[in-house]
Amino acid sequence: MTRVGFACAAGAAALGLALVAGAAPAASRSGIDYAGADVRAIQADDAQNPGMLWVDRGRALWNDGPRACAGCHGDAASSMKGVAVRHPAWSAAARRVVDLEDRINACRVERQRRPAFARESEDLNALTAFVATQSRGMPIAVDVTGPAQPAFERARDFYATRRGQMNLACASCHVENAGKRLLAETISEGHGNGYPAYRLEWQAVGSLQRRLRACLYGIRASLPPEGADVLTELELYLAWRASGLPVEAPGVRR
Amino acid sequence: MAFARIQLPPSVKRGDAVEVRVSIRHPMETGFRVDDDGRTIARNTLKSLTCRYGDREVLRASLGSGIAANPYLRFHITAVASGDLVFEWIDDAGERGDARAALVVAG
Repeated sequence: MTRVGFACAAGAAALGLALVAGAAPAASRSGIDYAGADVRAIQADDAQNPGMLWVDRGRALWNDGPRACAGCHGDAASSMKGVAVRHPAWSAAARRVVDLEDRINACRVERQRRPAFARESEDLNALTAFVATQSRGMPIAVDVTGPAQPAFERARDFYATRRGQMNLACASCHVENAGKRLLAETISEGHGNGYPAYRLEWQAVGSLQRRLRACLYGIRASLPPEGADVLTELELYLAWRASGLPVEAPGVRR
Repeated sequence: MAFARIQLPPSVKRGDAVEVRVSIRHPMETGFRVDDDGRTIARNTLKSLTCRYGDREVLRASLGSGIAANPYLRFHITAVASGDLVFEWIDDAGERGDARAALVVAG
């Protein structure tokens, strides 16, 4: 079982916030810009970044087995370059929005004929981190038009809707109060461009969905199961909000 | 599957001080935490970590519960000759691991 941890700190319920539904922030700042100098230094140096342990493991998985990823896709440095910037994306085969983890698992089941990785398993996070790292520095650019549009609109509403015992929407903190303090933390704009990221609180690499569940836990809302459409679609909306920010995977966060 | 990372300079000269950096995937469980059901999580830290360079042991460390998960160590050795740096470790649960990296010494 994955502990989601208490991340979206309590105490903001009394703030009484107005909402700007779905409006992308005027100036996008990556979460790493809100981090302290020590965390920034760990992310900047691959030798220290513990997330690189997962990337190394992902590289080994990439080349592992008789029908390895590398058998079709070859060198990930070229074939997987830019893949992370356009996910989540609409999948015509699955008839839903899929994130990078879903995409990897679909390939694993349909092409490699192996059992899917469990969501949030170390192997899936490792392979996702490895694939995402190939897009490092590239600006996020997801497609929210066409078949993905209804999902995008649902997620935009989710983002702006108050929920949980704290009665907070995502936007209450990450739009209305980004940059302000919540106890010891500075509230970030809540972009997902560092994920899969090594969170010091988790002492492991985790997916963006794990982070989203941690935030929902923090506002005492009901938790959708890992891999639920509502979370995947929220990932799509977050990626749209983060348009233009560079992929940082594996990021390092508090 | 090895879950450790050793980083060395790509090439060094004989007599140089070489910075060795190693990080190891390990939960470094302190034994003081409890799980969601209130049961104590058993202590599991890296009991011993050694590094051999050629036929010499160049590092021996006992990492206890004061070291965070996924320990990262940095130390210096003197480059003598080309050869493997071999790390071996054992944790409180008795699980062993090892990793190696080749040091290339020119001249």
